[in-house]
Order: sequence, then structure tokens, then C-alpha cells
Amino acid sequence: MTAGEILDLRPPANLVSGRAVLYWAARAALGWLIVLAAELLWLFVGDGGRPLGVVLLATTVAALAHLIVMPQWRYRVHRWEATPEAVYTQSGWFNQERRIAPVSRIQTVDTKRGPLERAFSLANLTVTTASARGPVHIHGLDLGTAQRLAAELAARTQASAGDAT
Amino acid sequence: MLAVHPVQEAFRYLPVLVGVLFIGGRGQGHLWSLIGLGLAVAGGLLRWFTTTYQITPTHVRVRRGLLRRQELSVPRDRVRSVDLTAHPMQRLLGLNRVVIGTGRADRGQEGVTLDALARAEAAALRGELLRRSPAVADVGTGAGIEGGGPIPATDAFAITTLVPSWIRFGPFTLSGIATIGVVAGSLANLFNESRVAPREFGLLRAVADQLASVPAGVAVAEVAVATAVVVALLSAIAYVLAFWNFRLTRQNGTLHVARGLLTTRSTTIELRRLRGAEISEPLLLRMVGGARCLAITTGLRVGLGAEHGGSILLPPAPLPEARRVAGEVLGDSGPVTAALTRHGRRARRRRHVRAFAFAALVTGFFVLMWWLFGWPAWQWQASCALFGIGALLAEDRYRNLGHALVAGRLVFRGGGLVRRRHMLASEGVIGWTVRRSFFQRRAGLVTLTATSAAGHQHYSTVDIPVSEAIALADAATPGLLTAFLRRPPS
Repeated sequence: MTAGEILDLRPPANLVSGRAVLYWAARAALGWLIVLAAELLWLFVGDGGRPLGVVLLATTVAALAHLIVMPQWRYRVHRWEATPEAVYTQSGWFNQERRIAPVSRIQTVDTKRGPLERAFSLANLTVTTASARGPVHIHGLDLGTAQRLAAELAARTQASAGDAT
Repeated sequence: MLAVHPVQEAFRYLPVLVGVLFIGGRGQGHLWSLIGLGLAVAGGLLRWFTTTYQITPTHVRVRRGLLRRQELSVPRDRVRSVDLTAHPMQRLLGLNRVVIGTGRADRGQEGVTLDALARAEAAALRGELLRRSPAVADVGTGAGIEGGGPIPATDAFAITTLVPSWIRFGPFTLSGIATIGVVAGSLANLFNESRVAPREFGLLRAVADQLASVPAGVAVAEVAVATAVVVALLSAIAYVLAFWNFRLTRQNGTLHVARGLLTTRSTTIELRRLRGAEISEPLLLRMVGGARCLAITTGLRVGLGAEHGGSILLPPAPLPEARRVAGEVLGDSGPVTAALTRHGRRARRRRHVRAFAFAALVTGFFVLMWWLFGWPAWQWQASCALFGIGALLAEDRYRNLGHALVAGRLVFRGGGLVRRRHMLASEGVIGWTVRRSFFQRRAGLVTLTATSAAGHQHYSTVDIPVSEAIALADAATPGLLTAFLRRPPS
């Protein structure tokens, strides 16, 4: 390293599926809908008056901003890469996190799909190590990619010996 | 031997029995209590009859339960630690409880527990379990016992034993606060149960009358001083109870910790499971030059508070002693004494900004409330002190921050209210996490976390400049990061 050079990790090579943007938006929208529905109910049933109208407007604006900005931002951040030696991921949006787990220390590889993810035919991949704090998650993978990656990692993990602690 | 377990059960309910016979007195209460006692004894008897264990050349098996049969089977080479405890009643009856640590990280599982084994049997079991099978010995650190003969007791090396003058650190551990809570709780309960008003006691009445007769300020001061004295006293007592006869020895590739005045506890840790050590200095203890030393090892539950489960290697003691013990345990004093790399100007600014922001938020809230709703002014005036205190703590936290890689061991130091120095063997690192918050990204800092199967499962250092973090991680686990490094165009 010479003077002035900044040593850093490069971002992982692969983006997650493009449908993940819609999935994140839909998931956030569901959350906001509950809040909005509660406020509307209050507006009609109760006697909120003008302050509640202002709150409702503010909520709508915040929800729209969140729905437009967050999924795009998240999509640009979420990346993953698997080499024969390690699994490397990047996640988050406001706060970002990069995780590296050596393949030789992998204990389990799971794919998981919730109802909403199934609607978008996406899957989550979770790679766990012997550390309770070390799981590596890849969210919003295309289903086919997730299954192929899981099979690949499981095969590589079997090749390494020891109890991985 | 057969009767011992139910006897223990009956003894455990002895206070209840006494309470029933001598305090209750009215109605059918004590008939029901007697029936309850009978059921408890019968339950103990049943548990005793239905629990069996078996040590085979490859596995430890425990079978228990009458209706819901449960069978636990653990491969012997997964046994990481054997923990023998005996509370006073068990000591009276010559019994030990054996907990076999198996390295499962999920905390809900208690490992394999055998309650109430005869002392000699428990010791033999421990010897048997930690005697490595030949297949395991050659994977280990080399000095394993081949063929599995009995452990010769000749080469035990005492690393440290409790010096009575260390009890002076007891009051600074504040472990007495928990005791006060328990005592106050049971006193309140007693008054409640016995339907005696506290005012009927002369001593309490005298105290209450005296407090009422002096000005409020003096009363508060009196209560504060009394509480401090009681906490200090109880903490010292708790220290003696927990750590009397403390002894740390090394023998045949195991570390052996024995301690306790009434409840005795002895823990055996295999050295090949040891991934490092921690020196922790809570602020009060640090002010009087004290420190604790803890083991970072796989297979021991990590507790909270003064006892830290089974992982304690040295109770609160002088800092040089803690350093010496850590050095002995790691087999190298380098990681313990090495100077650490500071995290620099930007890390320092972040500490100060955070402390300032917190103080500003609290003070701002009180000013707003005072201005809008007429809350008393002394609240925001008092909270101005947060700026000073916050700056001091921030400076201290910055000065404590540091990292190094010494002799294959990753050293992280951090924290303010509890300063901790973690020394983790780099082969114990099973993954990295590099976290950047929004503000850290702007300052070019990261939080570097090494995940591990041992101890707290993850060890972090905050606000480390990004290129230092990556260089450190790359040096600790050579090759792992190489494919992901960004080489700036040269």
C-alpha cells in the first residue's frame, strides 16, 4: 500500500433480482396501508378534526417518499457474490453492511420464501456458520438463482472437513 | 444413594414446611402445603428413578422422563467443558451437579445436566469425559494423552489463587444491588404474608421518624450514604461467597477453575477449545485499579453480571494480575501488553458529536417543556451537566478505542463504562462483518466485527478507518478477502 491509497473492499459482483424492487415496495406499502387505514378509520368514526387531516397528509407524503426512494436505494446496495472460498454480501440502505463467511465454516444453507415473496417468485438465502451472530442473508434472489446457489454451496461445504468452529 | 435425591428435594422445601407449621396457623393452608410438599418429593423420586446416563466410547447418553421419554445423545468429541457445582445442601449430602458443555450456541438448551451425582462419581465422570479418545488427541494441540490412561495429577500448574486482599475490590463490583433487590422483595413479601405493618417494628419506626424530623436534603443524603454503605457491604459479601478459594490451574491441556464459599463450583475447559481471553474493567473497578479476566471459549454459556457463567478466569483483582493471568492462559503476553493503534481524529470527533447530540436532545426537550408547559426550570438547568459528563465520557471512550494484530491474535479494545480488551485467536474468526452507518460512511469509518463460535459470538471495534479495518481483517485471515479487495489503479 503506497501513500494516499485507500484499501477497501469492492462491492460484491451480482445484483439481486429486479423484481426485488417491486417486492420491497409492496412490503413497505402493506405496512403503510395499515397505518393509513387506522388513521382513516379514526377520521370517520372518531372526531379527529383538522389536526388529524394534517397528520393524514403528512403520513401519505412520508409513505410516498419512502416507497419511491427506499426500494431503489436498497436495490442498488443489495449485492452478493459466491466464490469457492467465501460468500460475500452487501445489504441495507441507510446503514449498510458487508458480510463475509468462509465456505469452510458454513454449517447450513437454507432458502426461505414468504407468501409475498412467492407472489414475486423470489427467495431468501440464509447461510449460517457456527457463530450465532454470523448468518449471511441474501434477500430478493430470483428463485432459480437461489436454488442453484444453495445446491452449489451445500456441495462445496461437504468437501471441507472439521466441525467449523 | 437411592434415597439421596428425594431427601434433597425435601430439604429444598424445608423453609416452606417451617413456614407452614410455624407461621401460617389458620385454616386449611398447611394441609395443602403438606400435600404440595409430598408431591414435590414424589416428583423428585420419580425424576431420580427415570434418569439414567451412560458413557460409551463414542457418546454420552442421558435418558429421562416417565411419560415424555427424552433421550439426549452427544458425541464425546463434542464435549467442550465439564462443570461441577454443589450448593450447600448438596455439599452436606456429598453430591455434585454435573453440566456437560457441548458447544451448542442456542442458549435455551442447557447442555447435558446430571443433578445430584455422588462427589467421587462426578469427579470420575469428569476425568473420563475429558480424557481424550486417541482419535481426537492427534487433532488437538499435540500434548494429548494417547491411549486414554487416567490423568496423572502431577503436572498441575497453579496459575493463580485468590489473595484475601482482593476482597477490597468487592464493593466496586456493585453485585450487592441485586442482593438488595432480593432482600427487599422477600422482606416486603414477609410483611405482607404475616400481616404485620412495618410501623410496628421499633427500629423501622425510629428510622422513619428520624428521617421525617430532618430537612429533606439531609434525609436524601442520609438515605444515599446508607444505601452506598449497604451496597458496598453486600457486594463484598457476594464477592466472598462467589470467589472464596478461587483457584485457576492448568493441567494436561485443560484449564481448571474452582471457587465458592457455600456453593462450590469447578469448571474445566479444554485448552484446544479456548479461542482467546478478555480483560474487562467496569468504570468503578477501573478507578481503583481492578480488572477481571474471562475466557473466550466455545461450549460455555456466556452469562451476565459478576459471574459470567463458567467463563471467569480471574475475579476482580489488580490489573497487573489480570494481565499476567491472561498472558499465562494465552501462552503469550504479547497480545495483552502490546500498544494498540488508535482510531484517529475522525473517530474522536464522532464520539464527541454523539455525546453532544444526546445532551442537546435531552436539554432541548426540557427547555421546550419549560417554555411551552411550564415544567420546572431546574430540569433543563440540571441536564446542562450532561454536556460536561458526555464530553468526559466521549474522550474516555475514544482513548480506550484501539486495535492490533499481535502474534496471530486479534486485539480489540473499547467501551467506556465497561472497558474491555478482547484477544481473539485469528483461527477462531469464522467470518467478518463490515458495517457503515450513514454518518460513518461520510467520515470514512466502519465498524468491524469478527464473528466467532466462541464467547459472545461476535467481537467488534467501532469507528475504525476503513483501510485499517480491511488491512487488519486481511492480515488476520490471509486469503479470505483477497478476491474482494479493491486495488486502486496504480
